Amino acid sequence: MPISQTSVSLRRLFDEVGTVDQVGIEERVAKYATRSLKKKSKVFGLRLAVTMVDLTTLEGKDTPGKVASLCQKALVPHDMGDIPSTAAVCVYPSMVRHARKHVGGTQVKIASVATAFPSGQAPLKTRLAEVRAAVSDGADEIDMVINRGAFLSGEFGMMQDEIATVVEACGKATLKVILEVSELETYDNIRAASFLAMRVIRPNDFIKTSTGKTSSNATLGNNQVMLEAIRDHYLATGVPIAMKPAGGIRTAKQALQFLIAVKETLGDGWLNNRRYRFGASALLNDLVRQLEKERTGAYQAPWNFSEATEGY
Amino acid sequence: MPKTLSKSKARVNPARELVFGDLWEYDPAPETADPKMKKKYDLFINGAFVPAKSGKYFPTINPANETKIADIALADAVDVDAACKVGQKAHTTVWGKMPGRERGKYLYRIARLLQDHAREFAIAETLDGGKPIKESRDFDVPMAAAHFFYHAGWADKLEFLSPGRQLAPHGVVGQVIPWNFPLLMLAWKIAPALAAGNCVVLKPAETTSITALKFGEICQEAGLPNGVVNIVSGAGETGAAVINHPLITKVAFTGSTEVGKLIMRSLAGTEKKMTMELGGKAANIVFDDAPLDQAVEGIVNGIFFNQGHVCCAGSRLLVQESVAEEVLAKLKRRMSVLRVGDPMDKNTDIGAINSREQLIKITELVKSGVAEGAELHQSACKLPARGFFFRPTVFTNVSMSHRIAREEIFGPVLSILTFRTPEEAVEKANNTAYGLSAGVWTDKGSRILKMSTLLKAGVVWANTYNKFDPTSPFGGYKESGFGREGGKQGLLDYLKVC
Repeated sequence: MPISQTSVSLRRLFDEVGTVDQVGIEERVAKYATRSLKKKSKVFGLRLAVTMVDLTTLEGKDTPGKVASLCQKALVPHDMGDIPSTAAVCVYPSMVRHARKHVGGTQVKIASVATAFPSGQAPLKTRLAEVRAAVSDGADEIDMVINRGAFLSGEFGMMQDEIATVVEACGKATLKVILEVSELETYDNIRAASFLAMRVIRPNDFIKTSTGKTSSNATLGNNQVMLEAIRDHYLATGVPIAMKPAGGIRTAKQALQFLIAVKETLGDGWLNNRRYRFGASALLNDLVRQLEKERTGAYQAPWNFSEATEGY
Repeated sequence: MPKTLSKSKARVNPARELVFGDLWEYDPAPETADPKMKKKYDLFINGAFVPAKSGKYFPTINPANETKIADIALADAVDVDAACKVGQKAHTTVWGKMPGRERGKYLYRIARLLQDHAREFAIAETLDGGKPIKESRDFDVPMAAAHFFYHAGWADKLEFLSPGRQLAPHGVVGQVIPWNFPLLMLAWKIAPALAAGNCVVLKPAETTSITALKFGEICQEAGLPNGVVNIVSGAGETGAAVINHPLITKVAFTGSTEVGKLIMRSLAGTEKKMTMELGGKAANIVFDDAPLDQAVEGIVNGIFFNQGHVCCAGSRLLVQESVAEEVLAKLKRRMSVLRVGDPMDKNTDIGAINSREQLIKITELVKSGVAEGAELHQSACKLPARGFFFRPTVFTNVSMSHRIAREEIFGPVLSILTFRTPEEAVEKANNTAYGLSAGVWTDKGSRILKMSTLLKAGVVWANTYNKFDPTSPFGGYKESGFGREGGKQGLLDYLKVC
C-alpha cells in the first residue's frame, strides 16, 4: 500500500529529526514581537535589513526596462542618507542577462528563480536546463523549488536527489532551496523538509520559505522552525546553512522581528547577508522610510521614495 | 567499548557553539509613563483613605534600586476592627441584600476601570515589586481585569452553581495575599467574594501594598458602596488581626505553607471557613518524544517567569535520561539570551527579586545545593550594581534528598533530575510534601491523560506551563493547601451551601 508506506517513511523521518509543537513555537515567536528597539539599535537593525534584501520582481509583465529600474533601486535605494545597497536582485531567468548589464561587477548579486518556478511541475531535464541557462547568463544565485509532490508522497530520496543534481548544475552559483511551506502545511513537515534539503546542499547555501506565489508565505512561525533546524544541523555537522524568508514581509517592523528571531536563535554568525536574506519588494521602501525618519526626525511623503508601489 | 562510543559521539557532535554576542545590542527601552503614585498611602476603610489610628507608617522600596517609593500606613488591631465592623454593616445593609444583577454591574465597572488604568497599574506593580514591565503589562493587569469580568457574569447566576441547594454569602471575609502577584492575587480573592455577596477585608503583602491601595481608588471611581471593600496594609501582625477577628466568617490565604499552618492552628476550633493556597515544588516532566525546543521554552517559562516567584513554578525538571544531555544543552543556550536587569525596560525578561530577605533565602538555598554536591550552572549575564538580582540558575546532578529538590526556593533556580520510565517519573514527581502543579511534555496524547490521573497535583499542564484562566479552578493537594480559586469551584468556596 503506497499510503501506509508514506506514513511509515514520514514517521521515521519525524522520529529522526524531532517534531514541533505548533502552540509552543507560536508562543515563542510572539515574544520576538514584544522586543522594543530604540535609537542606535533600531538604525542598526534597519540598515542590516536593507543589506539583506533580495529585491524581487517575478511577474509575467516584467520587461528589460522594469528590471533596469529594479537594479538601479537595488544599487542606490535612496538618494539621501547614505543607505547601503541591497544584497541582490531576484528575477526570472530570461531577465538575468538584462540585470547583468546594470549590476554585473557590483556588490549587488543576481539571483534567478529556476526549476519551473513556482510549481516545479516540469520534467527534471527541463528544470536543470533552466538552471544551467540562468547560470551561464550570469546568475550568481539560483532559487529552486523542491518537488513538494515527492515529499508529500514520501519519496524523500527522489526529492533529495533532485536537489543534489541542481547543486551540481549550479556550479559556483549559490543555491537557495524553496520549501514552499504553505504547501507542506505543518511545522513537522517544514522541519523534516529543511533537514532533507540541508543534508545535500553546501555550506552557506540557503533554505527559503516560499515562492510568494501562494496564499501564505513567510511567517515568524515557519521562519523559527527553519532557524531551529539550521541551528540543530550546524551543531551536529558544523555545516552552516543560510536562511531566506520570502513573501509577505512588507514592513520594516516585520523585518526587525525576523532579525530578532535570528539574533536570539542563531546568534551573531547569521546577522549578515551571506547567512540571512529577505525575499521582498515593498519592504525596501519601508526600511528606507524608517531610516529617513530616524535621520531627519520626521516621516517623508511617499513620493520622496523612488519606485514606491503604494497609492498616494 | 565506552571509549569508542565517546569517540564516535565526538565525531558526530563536535564542540561547536553559537555566538550570542554584542554585534547588535538592544538600546534601553524604558517604560516612562506616569504611574500616578502618591508619596503616602493611607488605609482604605469604609470607602475612604484614612490614616492608621496609631499614626504609624512603614516604607516600601523599589527592589530594583533599593530607593524608597512611598510610606504605607501600618494597620493594627484597632484599624482592623474598624474595617471588619464597616464590612459587616455594608454586608447587612447594602451588599448582601443587593440583587446579583446589580452587584454584577459594579464588578463590570471595576473590570473596565482596571483596563482604563492598565498602564499605570502595570508600572506601579513593576516599581513596587520588581517584576519585568512586560509581565505586569501583558499578564498581571489584563488577567486581573479578566477575573473581574468573569465573576461579574456569575453575580446574577449563583443559583446555577449548585442546583437544588440554597446558597448564601458568608458575610465579611478576611483575605491575606502574597507579594508575587499583588494585584492579580487581589483580583483572585476580591472578585469571587464580591460576586457571591460578601464584603471584604484584605491585607496585601508588606512589600507590595501600592497596587492594592490604588485598587481602593478604583473602588471609589466605580462608586462601590462604602465598606464593601476594605484594604488594611501591614505585616504579619496585621494579617493575624484580620483572620482572628470575630466578625470574619471565612479566611482566604495565599502564601507560604509555614504561615498557612500557623493560620490553620489559630483557627482550629472556630467556625470560620478556610481556603489555603500554599507553596509548591512542581515537577515539570519531559519525555524523550517531546518537541524539545518547545519543552525548553516551557521549562524557561515554568521556572524563570516572575523570577521564579510563583507558587506553581516548575522548579523540579524531570527529564528522561536519553534526552537529558540534549535538553540541558538547549536550555543553557536559551538561558544565554535571557535578559536580566531593569524591570522597567521593555526588553527585560527577568527582573528584580522582590526583597532582600527573599534574595538571602535564595542565596542560602543555592549554597546548600553546591554544598550537597549538585552541579551549578548560571548564565553569564551582567547584573545591575544596585538592587536585588539573582542570575538564572540551573542545578544538575540533583538527587531527591537534596534540599534544593525538596524545599520551595521561590526564585529563579531549577533542579534537574532524570528518570528512565514513566513509572519512575510519577514516583519522583509525587515524592514531595507539595502538590500544586505539574507539567508533562510528550507527543503522545494517551500518555498525557494517564500522567494527569497519576500525578497528585491540583493543576497538570500538558505541553505548556503557567497557563491561567479565570474559568479554570486552581489549588493544591497535600501541603499545597485546599479549596480552589477560579471557575465554579472557586466561587462556591465563597458561599455557604445550605
